[in-house]
Amino acid sequence: MAKTVVQEFTKGLWAEIPPFRLVLGLCPVLAVTKTVENGVGMGIATTFVLVCSNVLISLLRSTIPKQVRIACFIVVIATFVTVVELVMQAFAYPLFLKLGIFIPLIVVNCIVLGRAEAFAAKNGVVASFADGLGIGIGFTLSLTALAIFREILGSGTFTIPISSVSIPVFGPGFEPFTFMVEAPGAFVCLGLMLCIMNMLGKK
Amino acid sequence: MSDYILLVVSCIFVNNILLMQYLGNCPFLGVSKRMETATGMAMAVVFVLVLAGAITWIVDHYLLKQFGFEYLRTLAFILVIASLVQFVELFLRKSIPALYAGLGIFLPLITTNCAVMGVCLINIKEEYTFIQALITSFSYAVGFGLALILFAGVRERILLARVPKPLQDTSIGLVGAGMMSLAFFAFKGMV
Repeated sequence: MAKTVVQEFTKGLWAEIPPFRLVLGLCPVLAVTKTVENGVGMGIATTFVLVCSNVLISLLRSTIPKQVRIACFIVVIATFVTVVELVMQAFAYPLFLKLGIFIPLIVVNCIVLGRAEAFAAKNGVVASFADGLGIGIGFTLSLTALAIFREILGSGTFTIPISSVSIPVFGPGFEPFTFMVEAPGAFVCLGLMLCIMNMLGKK
Repeated sequence: MSDYILLVVSCIFVNNILLMQYLGNCPFLGVSKRMETATGMAMAVVFVLVLAGAITWIVDHYLLKQFGFEYLRTLAFILVIASLVQFVELFLRKSIPALYAGLGIFLPLITTNCAVMGVCLINIKEEYTFIQALITSFSYAVGFGLALILFAGVRERILLARVPKPLQDTSIGLVGAGMMSLAFFAFKGMV
């Protein structure tokens, strides 16, 4: 038992790391990774929703009728997203403003609904918790990696999460590579990272 | 009048929902491998997005704002969209089977298309009037369809090219989308 729980957790960190292995939930990945701070904030918010909804759906899995399960899952997820929204408004208002509509849009993040349908609806509470946490942390790591890449090249700074302090990485003569922080850079950067992941390991 | 034309142009090209606002990327990469599926998806999105934009605006102004329930917006909107998609599916199957045959399989996918929810939220955030909300919903949907169909054309070409192994499939798709996004970037100075 203990071994399988660990396995459920670690598969989210490498074997099924979103969005590289599971190509789901691309929109927040592309949109919020302009700075490291936004990337980490979004990752934590998504992880919270993922873990809570996985646990609750796993608890309710025998009660929810098969025919209306998707609707039930969406209600559960939307509830937790509302919780995140309210908590962020209270304690992390600047970050909430920066992430904007992408916080309510966690509801339609395919990763969350995908895990509910593919995993939590069929497995026990402990395994679902481990699965949600693993996938969530994997998602946060991917967002952070992409954000570090884009922020350092695109604006030449590194923003430490939570403290909002930007440290210039290069000297004063650095000309920011604006392409990276704009939309085209996001697509190209993610595409190249996916390519590197494909080179590193075969599934 | 010119305000409305400006709004249409800015929603279709300058702030293209897929390539500039980063919304709706999962179906963008998922269904763009073939031209027919891309066209079907584009039409289904136009259809649902206009309805969803109108209904969520009404719900927000006459229910949520009236009774001070703004914090339930996320929950209310996703329920409206999910039930709307179900309703449209049933309605089309019963009354317009020809259209259903074309759009059918794409409709359930639209519930989790963040472009739909995203546009509904943008309409509220920008405090558009009802007419403006309708126009933006329609124009964003047209922009989505345009980018999707153009991109499907590009991807059909990529299939014929010799792509290095690690870059294949989604990876080259994303790089291609980046190049298209760069082209749309040129519209930025227009409005």
